[in-house]
Amino acid sequence: MTVEYPKPLPQLTDDNGPYLEGLRERELRLQRCGACGRYRYPPARFCPHCLSEEASWEVASGRGTLYSFIVVHQLYHPGFRDDIPYNVAIVELDEGPRITSNVVGCENRDLKIGMRLVAEYFDATPEATILKFRPA
Amino acid sequence: MLDINGKYCIVGVGNTEYGRTPGRNAVTLTVEAIRNAIEDCGIDKGEIDAVLTKYPTSNFQGLFSARVAQALGVVPRVTATLDQAGASNISLIAYAIMCMEAGLCNVATISYGDNPNTSGRPSYGRRPAAEAARGPTYGGDEAVAGMTGAPCGYAMIAQRYRYEYGLTDEQLGTIATTFRRHASLNPNAQFQQPFTMEEYLSSRWVAEPFRLYDCCPVSDGAAAVIVTSVERARGLKKKPVSVMSFAQAHPAWDLAQREVLTTSGAAISGPTAFRLAGISVEDVDFAELYDCFTIVPIVTLEDYGFCKKGEGPDFIGGGRIGLEGSLPLNTSGGLLSETGMPGMQLIVEAVRQLRGEAGPRQVKDPEICVVSNQGGVMTTHATLVLRN
Ligand SMILES: [Zn+2]
Repeated sequence: MTVEYPKPLPQLTDDNGPYLEGLRERELRLQRCGACGRYRYPPARFCPHCLSEEASWEVASGRGTLYSFIVVHQLYHPGFRDDIPYNVAIVELDEGPRITSNVVGCENRDLKIGMRLVAEYFDATPEATILKFRPA
Repeated sequence: MLDINGKYCIVGVGNTEYGRTPGRNAVTLTVEAIRNAIEDCGIDKGEIDAVLTKYPTSNFQGLFSARVAQALGVVPRVTATLDQAGASNISLIAYAIMCMEAGLCNVATISYGDNPNTSGRPSYGRRPAAEAARGPTYGGDEAVAGMTGAPCGYAMIAQRYRYEYGLTDEQLGTIATTFRRHASLNPNAQFQQPFTMEEYLSSRWVAEPFRLYDCCPVSDGAAAVIVTSVERARGLKKKPVSVMSFAQAHPAWDLAQREVLTTSGAAISGPTAFRLAGISVEDVDFAELYDCFTIVPIVTLEDYGFCKKGEGPDFIGGGRIGLEGSLPLNTSGGLLSETGMPGMQLIVEAVRQLRGEAGPRQVKDPEICVVSNQGGVMTTHATLVLRN
């Protein structure tokens, strides 16, 4: 069997189907609570703020700010061998939640906390699209 | 509210060698440490009626305390295996004392033992290449983004700390070089060779802003303590070390979702423990602070109130945290140099220092020590205040 994408792929959970489907359609979809109005991530059945089960899926702006980042030199997963050194970023979305991802289109040395970012969609396999960010 | 201050104590401590112990499993390592703790205080094994364990990190085993009890030849009245990761050991001492206060048991062993260095270590984030070659794997956002090693989360915290408060490479290096110097006076430390600031700065990157020497090693080994009441402690071989207080607090959430990355559970756990002990930070003679990565003791010192938020990187300078300083830290080398074991070794060292048994690394006439335990990615935190 040929391993076409050597890195971990997003895992389908009980709650994140619409999120992953949104990425395939190049949209960042977030759950928004029907009771308190707050966006939440990761996807979950109950709102962690008010515990309401009422929620809708909304298309988020895809815009955010770099909250923190690291540059990984150690090989932890063989799929990342050719990427070292690569960055991992925590991105604070304008809607509030934060997502762990990577920043593309920017040298690691130019990463700055507070820089504006915009979502980028990367098709890892025909079934799986991965969310990344690039400088806005 | 219960007042346990001074009613219970640690009477025995024991450990194995640290580092690599091929062919030894978590149970046999644990039994060796407990046997050494029994010999340390001279209590009769038949008096042990509580067996409490932190689960082995590298290879989770159900009913681990029951397995250890069997290997010890003890049929306990109380057991527990707690999952607070690196905060478990202190919280198990708290559990032991609360059970004693409720009249459920009288003599407890609390232990941690594991062999991640020689037995494989799935929970430490490394995945064998052969397994990866079999096919696609599925993970959460962090795994998908390539954030799977233990240093990554703490490096993310250190980077954010640097942005919010300022932090130089040399300040992280002060933690690493000081604790290694302490380990050079500890014949059981896994790493005893001191290194200079220049050597620290030229050590390879692991996950920027962390270099190799910012990260604790992966270690085999075990350590244990025996806790009982002050009444029962009379007549045992060693001077008991009194438990003044304990507390805990847990940021708990995934790193990315935590409101603040640069304050830990120590900010609640520490002041709570100091209040219950009836002391302030000025009363603390030395501290054994969880140091899986160099940023952690800096954040813990601030959160405990030894200095203001953001002042930790300056506070550790000027020799303050050395053995001759006004607040010696991690006198046996800590996780960074003595052993990467999650937390019990810090309690063992605190007891030895308070008894005056630490040999060439002995702090002068200490009376009060604070120990911190922390687990996950600053996910859990527990505090223990001890007095000689
Ligand atoms: Zn809500």
